[in-house]
Amino acid sequence: MSREWTIKSALIAFAAVLMILGGAPLYKHRHYEVPVVAGPGVTNVIKLSEFVPGLKGSMADADVFVLEGKEPGGKVLVMANTHANEPAGLLTAVIMIENAVVEKGTLMVIPEFNASAGRNTRPGDGYPLYYDIPTEWGAKRFRMGNRDTSPLDQWPDPDVYIHYPDKQLLSFIDVRNTNRTWPGRPNGPLMEKVTFAAMEMMRKDRLNIAIDMHGAETMFPVTNCIVAPQKSAKIATLVSMTVKAMEGFDNHVEPSPSNFHGLSHREIGDFSDTLPFLLEAPIPFLDQPTGPKTVKLLLDGKDPFLLSLSKKKKLFVPYDENGWPIEKRVGQHCSVALEIIRQYSKKNPDTAIRISGIPRYADLVKNGVGPYFHDPAKAEKKSVYYE
Amino acid sequence: MGVIMILYYLICAYITGLLAWDFVREKKSVNDMILYLLVLIPLLLRILRIK
Repeated sequence: MSREWTIKSALIAFAAVLMILGGAPLYKHRHYEVPVVAGPGVTNVIKLSEFVPGLKGSMADADVFVLEGKEPGGKVLVMANTHANEPAGLLTAVIMIENAVVEKGTLMVIPEFNASAGRNTRPGDGYPLYYDIPTEWGAKRFRMGNRDTSPLDQWPDPDVYIHYPDKQLLSFIDVRNTNRTWPGRPNGPLMEKVTFAAMEMMRKDRLNIAIDMHGAETMFPVTNCIVAPQKSAKIATLVSMTVKAMEGFDNHVEPSPSNFHGLSHREIGDFSDTLPFLLEAPIPFLDQPTGPKTVKLLLDGKDPFLLSLSKKKKLFVPYDENGWPIEKRVGQHCSVALEIIRQYSKKNPDTAIRISGIPRYADLVKNGVGPYFHDPAKAEKKSVYYE
Repeated sequence: MGVIMILYYLICAYITGLLAWDFVREKKSVNDMILYLLVLIPLLLRILRIK
């Protein structure tokens, strides 16, 4: 072999090693499946593509877990991982799927609403690829996703995202953000198909309530709150007051801005009869001025820089040495969701919904999140789904 | 996969081909060889649908 090709071969081998070292963890992450054990309340599992066939076969075709009670009643949809880098919603959704029993009405849960974003990463910001929740039977591993859909599934981005149908100009990246693409359209970009499928489900199945679970920075004013449009405001206010009085945590109400389009709490209410609520739990991990973006920070929410900022009153939530642990955030989502359902049912007895088996804030703060997950190895194979 | 996405992959493959050809044609500069290969990595990762 000539000297030239000896050098070239060595360089190709080096580049191949670099590519494998960099690419293999990303490939594994995109294809890693999280087992979810369908609990005693799950009566059916459907796909979003049943409402928009164009989603079939794509990474964006999310599972919808249906928990139908014996007694007819109202219908509530709970969505998580609209932003897949806000994990409290996903953990809450899995707890609901694995534990909830519906006595009256129907509970529908989409644990990975932006299923493609759940398989995307943000390595430039040093995000971990996974996080583990300790349980009695070992660690349950979840993928840490990204806020936006993977460019492998939706590409290219426009220079400016023109929202449909309001033609409002949004940031280019929002074309891959499922909390900017509501109400969507059946022949639009992939994420508009996802939101349109959910809208079709709400309209065709006549859903009464939609709850979209998120997390927000402690330095962002819209955090630790329920975002609700005018039509949902009364229930949201009652929920806020009740959880404060009965369970001892703050969760104020933020009005949904009427001229900011594409958000679930705005468009679901405007384009269907469903009452939308968007829940925000504080997530220190997403704040910019923190230490390294570690799994520990993601789960316990403790950061010395945020603590210092809290002392200077720069945060929008109370913050001390205890941080904002994941059990507190998941507990808030569980309690607020249950309270929304209870308050709605009190006002609408004909379409009331009764659910048991879901832990509340105090249970999660006391026990942690892990005890509410079931061991997929011990579950019947047919009741294990992979998300 | 939409038409634009398919075109995007075709453009990626075309640029990959150009860079590979430049790498093969380069006889002397090791620096240029390394640069061609480094630029190729993200393009190959995209064509292989890894990132």
